[in-house]
Amino acid sequence: MSCLQTIADYGLRSIGIGERLLPRTDFTLCQQFTLIGSGMIWNIYFGVVALAAGFFLATAVALGKGSRHWWLRKPSEWFIFLFRGSPLFIQFFFAYFAFLSLKSVHPVFDPFTAAWLGALIVLFLNTSAYTAEIFHGALKSIPRGDIEAADAYGFTGWARFRKITWPTMLRLAWPAYTNEAIFLFHATTLVFFSGFPAWQQRGDALYYASYFADKTFNPFVPYPILAGYFILLTLSVIGLYGLVNRRLNRHLPQIGRRRMRIRPNLIR
Amino acid sequence: MLEACADPATLSGLDWLGCYLTTGKHWAFYASFGVVLLLLAVVVPFALMFGFAGAAAARSRVWPVSLLGKGYSNIVRGVPDIAFFLFFVIALDQAFEYLRHRVLCPDWDQPVRQGSDFVVCTAAKLPLSSAPQWVHETYGFLLAVLTFAIVYGAFTAQVLYGAMRAVPRAQMETAEAYGMSHTQAFWRILVPQMWVYALPGLGNLWMILIKATPLLFLLGVEDIVYWARELGGTKAAKFSAYPHGDWRMWYFGALLVFYLCLTWVSEKGLDRLMRRLSRGQATAAGEALRKVAA
Repeated sequence: MSCLQTIADYGLRSIGIGERLLPRTDFTLCQQFTLIGSGMIWNIYFGVVALAAGFFLATAVALGKGSRHWWLRKPSEWFIFLFRGSPLFIQFFFAYFAFLSLKSVHPVFDPFTAAWLGALIVLFLNTSAYTAEIFHGALKSIPRGDIEAADAYGFTGWARFRKITWPTMLRLAWPAYTNEAIFLFHATTLVFFSGFPAWQQRGDALYYASYFADKTFNPFVPYPILAGYFILLTLSVIGLYGLVNRRLNRHLPQIGRRRMRIRPNLIR
Repeated sequence: MLEACADPATLSGLDWLGCYLTTGKHWAFYASFGVVLLLLAVVVPFALMFGFAGAAAARSRVWPVSLLGKGYSNIVRGVPDIAFFLFFVIALDQAFEYLRHRVLCPDWDQPVRQGSDFVVCTAAKLPLSSAPQWVHETYGFLLAVLTFAIVYGAFTAQVLYGAMRAVPRAQMETAEAYGMSHTQAFWRILVPQMWVYALPGLGNLWMILIKATPLLFLLGVEDIVYWARELGGTKAAKFSAYPHGDWRMWYFGALLVFYLCLTWVSEKGLDRLMRRLSRGQATAAGEALRKVAA
């Protein structure tokens, strides 16, 4: 079987298009590359959607944590503590079994036990909490002069937030936020190892990599392939976020620009 | 086992719960919390050792050695660490068995990898198939410890490498001016001073390590996640003296609370440690302490 045929059969296997059965014997390199790459679709889906939605909740929670009103501040603090203080792995398990219990109450909750929605919600809340903490730190370190200047110009309320506070917060938070994005993508690999079933063997990249490792009893091929894919993904995240960083900092003098440093916060 | 619990079917309410929570399997569950703490205690020194070696190698002036050190500490950045966990557990196991195979069975003529099988001679199996159960469990745990140490050693290497670079250059120049060799300056000047700079990063790593402990489950150790799944699952009256529905949600809720407490306590502890170590230091934190005292 030629490699092109394999790609046609398994390229979209992870979302249920193509050959139904996974290869069982005589695994070729091409099959491993194709299937693990196909699994990356899920990693990218989880990462992109969770980040995009989490961005807004994170902004809200960060503002809540900085609020003067205790009824806004306390829930935000608890939300952040809950998701940053416990392992994502346990959060997945807890959410999955909680959704299972809810499912028996009402069929409305059926889709929540599937990974595409249930795990996405956990990842969304998790990244919101981590990002909120980053944004909150950035909010606190906005130079006082900026705010005073805004006041002097008569900015208030929404206009001040939209034109002064928010862009500065993003600018300050961006390097840390880039790391958060990278590690969120890494965290997506936990989904199918934490309760959420891979329906019809439609799993993510790590799911297929461990499938091959189990079947061939040879970890030295599938895991380096997976590593290669993830290094590519990480580099593209750094590239994309770097572009945004350039835009956020475009008004600053060239030399004064903060160089982006990618420092990991590793795992949750 | 309490006597009152002899016939669980007659119990109800709190009595039932009390008996239920003290069954033998539950004691195994409680003991597995100890496994988590034991893992933390054992991994930390090993990870520090690996990290120190990695950071020292990255600083080396010999090009291949420094490349090795930098490669070791950087590879974990781009790749999910869970992939490393799954990889190392099999890879280490096979590496050990292969080494023993070469030593113990020199006249074996078949290849080790036959298609989808990894075949070593019986004497080289780890642990030996005749070994008792606890040897298997200990071996599994040790593999897990080594895996954790390798992965977290890489993270530690990054932190320590940064800390070594944070020590003021003038200190090293002074050492050189006094005629110390490179090695002497490293051990006498750099290493004692770097810890203050390394501590915030190491504290952060500790929190991350705590949150990575449930991954033990993926390495095949019977840890809290394993027991929570086991005990929480639906128990039919036919097979269990304590029948109940699907309680896994509550068990994992308990684990969540356990981890929240652990991180909360660590956070407080690290804050205190940092305050103590900052006392009298020429850093911003030390300066703040001085101001409060004055």
